[in-house]
Amino acid sequence: MKTTHPQPGASRPSRSAPAYAAGTGPEDCAARSLNRRAFLKWCALLGGAAMLPGGLAGLCPAVAEAASGGDRQDFVWSSCNVNCGSRCVLRAMVRDGAMVRMDTDNLGADDYGTHQIRACLRGRAMRQRVYAPERLKYPMLRTGKRGEAAFRRASWDEALDVIAAKMKDVRERYGNEAFYLNYGTGNLGSVMSKSWPTDQTPITRLMNCFGGYLNHYNTYSTAQIATSMPYLYGGGLGNALSDIVNSKLVVLFGNNPAETRMSGGGVVYDIQRAKRESNVRVIVIDPRYTDTAVAVADEWIPIRPATDAALAAGIAHVLFAEGLADRAFMDTYCVGHDEAHLPEGVPAGSSYEAYIMGKGPDGVAKTPGWASAICGVPVDTIVRLAREIGTAKPCCISQGWGPQRHHNGENNCRAIAVLAALTGNVGIPGGNTGAREGGYSLPFPGFPTLKNPVAASISFFLWTDAIVRGPEMTAERDGVRGVPRLNVPVKFIWNYAGNALINQHSDINRTARILSDDTMCEMIVVVENFMTPSARFADVLLPAVTNLEENDFAHQGSTAEMGYVVFAQKAIEPLFESRSVYDMCADIAGRLGIRDQYTEGRTRDEWLQKILAAARQKLPDLPATLEEAWKLGVYKVRNPGKPFVAYKAFRDDPVANPLATPSGRIEIFSKRLWDIGHKWELPEGERITALPEYDEATEGQGDPLRKKYPLQLVTHHYKQRTHSTYGNVPWLKEAAPQNVWVNPLDAADRGLAHGDMVRVFNDRGATVLPVKVTPRIMPGTISIPQGAWYAPGAGGTDFGGSANILTSLRPSPLAKGNPQHTTLVELTRHSGGSHANAS
Amino acid sequence: MPMPARPAFLFDSRLCTGCKACMIACKDKNDLDPGVRWRRVTECTGGEWTRTAEGYRQNVFSYYLSVSCNHCEDPICVQSCPTTAMHQDGNGIVSVDPKKCVGCKYCSWSCPYGAPQYSERLGRMTKCDFCRDEIEAGRPPVCVAACPSRALQWGDLEALRGKLGQPMAVAPLPPVSATRPALFVTPHRDARPVGSTAGLKANPEEV
Ligand code: SF4
Ligand code: SF4
Ligand code: SF4
Repeated sequence: MKTTHPQPGASRPSRSAPAYAAGTGPEDCAARSLNRRAFLKWCALLGGAAMLPGGLAGLCPAVAEAASGGDRQDFVWSSCNVNCGSRCVLRAMVRDGAMVRMDTDNLGADDYGTHQIRACLRGRAMRQRVYAPERLKYPMLRTGKRGEAAFRRASWDEALDVIAAKMKDVRERYGNEAFYLNYGTGNLGSVMSKSWPTDQTPITRLMNCFGGYLNHYNTYSTAQIATSMPYLYGGGLGNALSDIVNSKLVVLFGNNPAETRMSGGGVVYDIQRAKRESNVRVIVIDPRYTDTAVAVADEWIPIRPATDAALAAGIAHVLFAEGLADRAFMDTYCVGHDEAHLPEGVPAGSSYEAYIMGKGPDGVAKTPGWASAICGVPVDTIVRLAREIGTAKPCCISQGWGPQRHHNGENNCRAIAVLAALTGNVGIPGGNTGAREGGYSLPFPGFPTLKNPVAASISFFLWTDAIVRGPEMTAERDGVRGVPRLNVPVKFIWNYAGNALINQHSDINRTARILSDDTMCEMIVVVENFMTPSARFADVLLPAVTNLEENDFAHQGSTAEMGYVVFAQKAIEPLFESRSVYDMCADIAGRLGIRDQYTEGRTRDEWLQKILAAARQKLPDLPATLEEAWKLGVYKVRNPGKPFVAYKAFRDDPVANPLATPSGRIEIFSKRLWDIGHKWELPEGERITALPEYDEATEGQGDPLRKKYPLQLVTHHYKQRTHSTYGNVPWLKEAAPQNVWVNPLDAADRGLAHGDMVRVFNDRGATVLPVKVTPRIMPGTISIPQGAWYAPGAGGTDFGGSANILTSLRPSPLAKGNPQHTTLVELTRHSGGSHANAS
Repeated sequence: MPMPARPAFLFDSRLCTGCKACMIACKDKNDLDPGVRWRRVTECTGGEWTRTAEGYRQNVFSYYLSVSCNHCEDPICVQSCPTTAMHQDGNGIVSVDPKKCVGCKYCSWSCPYGAPQYSERLGRMTKCDFCRDEIEAGRPPVCVAACPSRALQWGDLEALRGKLGQPMAVAPLPPVSATRPALFVTPHRDARPVGSTAGLKANPEEV
């Protein structure tokens, strides 16, 4: 083991083995870097809690004193960088080196377009996240069986030595394709510590300098829609939601900005504002009466999950039958809508009209009655909805990402979008493509991560398969891209700022079994802030700073009319021994003999300066120096044009501006999918169809498994967390406790009352959590807010309310994506073991 | 805005998504322990599901109410405090004098909004003080400044009365006649009138 090593490419010296013993607490750090007064406050924030009987917060009064008072000059601009789709401004009040309060963007005028980017409840709770007792204090190496979370303390030197040695060993024996960078979005808003996209992180650059790694494509959020919409439109763009002021009707299929884009500078505010301005009629189609429905819906249409393609077909039947389909539009802009517009070489009866009207190969007319039996929406509602959609000109049809996160999700999302094409609403103000909303944004460069020399790429969802059977995985069976088949299994996993190693993947029990065998995947490096469920599976566990402990830029989140970038200055010194990821990577690069290639001689701050200079090429009004940037805090620009309209140029002139599909048109029938569907090897019962047909999902409406597990489990995004981030914050757990939504009819059938502890289970696993009995969810469907931290107790039952103990690893046919909402379960009152059993 | 003679809250229930940014901003500013909630967000939900031959029918509705202390004109908490710890100042702000409070909880039992919040740790009552430090400095209370949907606003009671008329309430709030709260509620489209039992407090464990 080395005892000294060169300076990392960073402004602060690297740490060598500490002199104090393993297991010591914050005192060590405090003694070194904080004065006593600050230390007392900081301890009160961090550790004081543990000393109070039953108390979690226990913030000492001294802090409260410091936090009030008129003077607010001493704040530091920062940001919340998690994967909610928004991106908020935070302003940390700092006294004596400790954060004493978390404010947000509430300065200056609140004029729409440069309005205040007010943080949601989570950002406001950032102090309890940064000062959480679960913070990792120093590097650790696994001592027990993988997953048991038995670790010993290590020095940075030792930990990085272990990693570098194993990198060389794995490359030597398996080559670079055996390295995998797991999906992780805990810090995706960052520029210099970005954790996603996975090809843009500091670790990516390290791996590219080292010869590359196995790529992945798609995400847990959007696999099916991101894969299938380009077959229809050549892309997946949607109009901005501010554009609904031009609509006569808005139909939201599972689109829920109030729970997924919660920033006061984000889409929830955009849609509320537009609704208030125009009072346009809004219909929400969702198994849940969402907070978006509360805020903006004139009507809620509950639908059984995974059946959107059936509802869309029923609507299409009315449109065709009653002459409400826009023939002139379709004949000019579409392919495959009717028999006269089918691609060459395709048999008659292959058009969408034929499929809908019962003239296709299945001979079944997709009448509202047919649809109703599947999707649970009454026939008269389907007919009325279809007439409303067919006659409101223009009509905005928009979808969120719930309808696609199914085993049959690729066709669900395409079927919804086709309604926009059938009614001629594509490319016009007030209309939409049926996709999720777009918006305005500023260009901002990232940290250059160089090119990956490895071409092979797998679906983000199949990494557990790649561990078990990598070399069996092929392009036509498993969606491998870049190469016909993988050469080697995954042997080395980097897991940075992610909880998809266990919590946010599927089938936790099976995943845990795969991971616990360390002869399969030989090395798992986790770079984290906290002892998360995923961190427990690390071989080497490296403590990273939170974004409040380093300088950075945060590029904007999803908004309709505002472009912005946040200049986030370090608010406090790194806690314990935590370090910036860039500095860790630079030191590993040093051990691999590639430091200069990695750092190009720059510190992390020097990279920020370089990136700022590059950004100024496009945005000359940006500050020139980091000091000016930290002072400015946030740079905002109002969209100078009209609200974004997707594929407007195509609508205006389809010949001059064709879509990026083979025909240049909207491909309601996709010849590419037709070919794939005839070529790919699929499991029994699965299809890839050229038209967006309704296929029954595995564990969907018609699955015989329903006899045993009659309830369909979906998951929703919950204000307590962003996925699993913030899942350990007491204020948020108090404000929004974990629970499973169950309709009163289903609760009555099982003798359950609001607040009862219930056990939700299927053949894959079980979780225990309180029940929320509410009419805001459809009968036969239950919903567990996703992201709660897996807390296994005796017998493998989860006591954290983690939905993925129940979900399946069977990928969807085309995208090979996660079928998170097609999960069958049963529910009973919980008796027996309590949370006290949890390890 | 300069410090109003008599600050009042203005809550537009039509815009409230129940997000609780207001509640957490308050908890952060005031370092509130678990269970101590100076601002509470109630979910009011009702409606029925029926199985019919054509499938399910329903008339479900839901709305949220974000309520703190309303610094009422007839503050019953002040009247029921045996030690005069609970008091109202010249601006109508109701607060607890920590030196006088003995923690008897009479105020919290009497308040129909549950505004006074007992701190186990401090052994006394605590409550919203309308962010006196903020509003004296000309800034909005932090809950108001936090609201992503701009549902929560504030102003001067008399000025708001001039613009909006008398404060009004919706279920499950008590009638305004009980304490004359400095709170103007703009009803949600599905709001039920005071006294209605059609909707239930759907999140009792959260408020
Ligand atoms: S979680 Fe999202 S909406 Fe909330 S503060 Fe963070 S970035 Fe903003
Ligand atoms: S006015 Fe201040 S103390 Fe009162 S509820 Fe709002 S944030 Fe809390
Ligand atoms: S912050 Fe605003 S929208 Fe959110 S719960 Fe409070 S009042 Fe309602």
